[in-house]
Amino acid sequence: MSDLFANARAIAGDIAAGRVSAVEICRQALDRIGRLNTSLNAFNQVTDERALDRAAEIDRLRASGSALGPLAGVPIAVKDNMCVRGMRTTASSRILDSFAPPYDATTIIKLEQAGAVIVGKTNCDEFAMGSSNENSAYGPVRNPWALDRTPGGSSGGSAAAVAASCVPLALGSDTGGSIRQPAAFCGVTGLKPTYGRVSRYGLLAFASSLDQIGPITRGVEDAALALQVLSGPDPMDSTAAHEAVPDFLAGLSREARDVRIGVPRAFVSEGVDASVLAAFDASLDVLRSTGATLVDIDLPHAKYAIPVYYLVCTAEASSNLARYDGVKYGYRSSESSQGLKTMYSKTRDEGFGAEVKRRIMLGTYVLSAGYYDAFYLKAQQVRTLLKQDYEHAFESVDVVVMPTSPIPPFKLGEKTDDPLQMYLADIFTVSVNLVGLPGISVPCGLVDAVGPGGTTRLPIGLQFVGKMFDEATILRVADAFEHATEWSRQLPPL
Amino acid sequence: MSTPLTIADVERIAALAHLELTEEEKHVFTKQLADILSYAEQLQAIDTTGVAATAHVNAHEAERDDALRPCLPVEEALRNAPDGALEAGLFRVPRVIG
Repeated sequence: MSDLFANARAIAGDIAAGRVSAVEICRQALDRIGRLNTSLNAFNQVTDERALDRAAEIDRLRASGSALGPLAGVPIAVKDNMCVRGMRTTASSRILDSFAPPYDATTIIKLEQAGAVIVGKTNCDEFAMGSSNENSAYGPVRNPWALDRTPGGSSGGSAAAVAASCVPLALGSDTGGSIRQPAAFCGVTGLKPTYGRVSRYGLLAFASSLDQIGPITRGVEDAALALQVLSGPDPMDSTAAHEAVPDFLAGLSREARDVRIGVPRAFVSEGVDASVLAAFDASLDVLRSTGATLVDIDLPHAKYAIPVYYLVCTAEASSNLARYDGVKYGYRSSESSQGLKTMYSKTRDEGFGAEVKRRIMLGTYVLSAGYYDAFYLKAQQVRTLLKQDYEHAFESVDVVVMPTSPIPPFKLGEKTDDPLQMYLADIFTVSVNLVGLPGISVPCGLVDAVGPGGTTRLPIGLQFVGKMFDEATILRVADAFEHATEWSRQLPPL
Repeated sequence: MSTPLTIADVERIAALAHLELTEEEKHVFTKQLADILSYAEQLQAIDTTGVAATAHVNAHEAERDDALRPCLPVEEALRNAPDGALEAGLFRVPRVIG
């Protein structure tokens, strides 16, 4: 019989076969969240009543002999920047502290139609802006492997919830690494689909040309299953693609024969922690053993990805976040007697946290007269060169491999005073969003670190990047890697 | 080229962005934004002559029939407003003109 330590597919299978009830699994999830959330702070909100009602409904459907969806009865957590009708959705920002959306995100509709049971909304960096989950108005999430360290960001709560076995599946969003990097830091699997594969309707927009929703899971099989449910066009999102959706689960074969994997050696050698490099090199040996062929490639403009990303994403953010003005929803400053303009600016100063303001300021600056060409336009041109780098590489390889993060999970507070240093740690994830490619992070090692309670082990992630709309190949390689190692089966000491 | 950024620049940008920053925020942001912009200046060394700008990686035609469809009822749209005038069907704001 399944429990929360099984994967989503096994739990759904056991519920469908009547070996365990959806209500029983739901209670297990709620109990575990209740026990662990005080120390992890992974959830902004737990929706017990609604979850138990939905789980009971799944059990009734089964009893009546109705067909059940592929995620029937699976408890899931949703990053708090996605709209669920009537459920408080804050983006971990004070400015949306009391916002209850009047509609569901398309991803929520799809997951609930597949039978998934939402047990809560997860903590994240405010408006998904951050790499450590320290920019949340509700306090940082703690890494289940080492409570004095960051779980990564911005989907830190989703990654921590899966790592701590509170849920087998959580939704994250990834604008510059926000699914993959926290997955790496928490020792779980995180998939950023191709831009356009999954509808963004109902995702609170940060940078619209980069944002993408994806699953965080314990393993590759569940990532494939979740992607199957989430993919497809949507009349409510014109960027959701009409591309055919293959059977992702059927493509997993536990080997990677004939797959050509590109290694951007020059890009990976600079500024990477020795422990990450060692895990990366060991992983390349594992990949050879799965039947893959490794090929050296060059991505000459990849080293510029950080400035390009932070110019593009802040420009888009400054525009997207103009809507939070104290009029239509969310917080309004009480100091609004001096007129409309004062109300706007007081509301936004009081409602947004420091990182969000910093990015709005930077984005406003690079879009302003006199700086547009030198910064924003230049960044978009280098974005083209970056795209050409990948296109060139994909002429000779099927997949590109690199570390997910150049460093292991760092200590809470370690980088909060220096935003530029925080940004630089996103080097291996941001280029993937700029080009729109799919990427997946899987666990590839554990390194020792000294913590307050003695030596702890910290997870390291390995990232596979695929061609546009070719999630099937990165899933296949990630699955082969997962089965050739033990890393995805390791659990944090909770 | 370096990016000298002054407090006056930060005040000008904050006004454009409708952010009323505290004095402390102005000082911190002046330094942090200057650091980030200086770092971004490495892009100037790249020759981008004749390179098209990429604003979007996956643009495609997205047309639909211009037909009436159900939309959010007014009372639902107003439910989250800090000062909604439900009976009038309006969002209420502070005075706009002196």
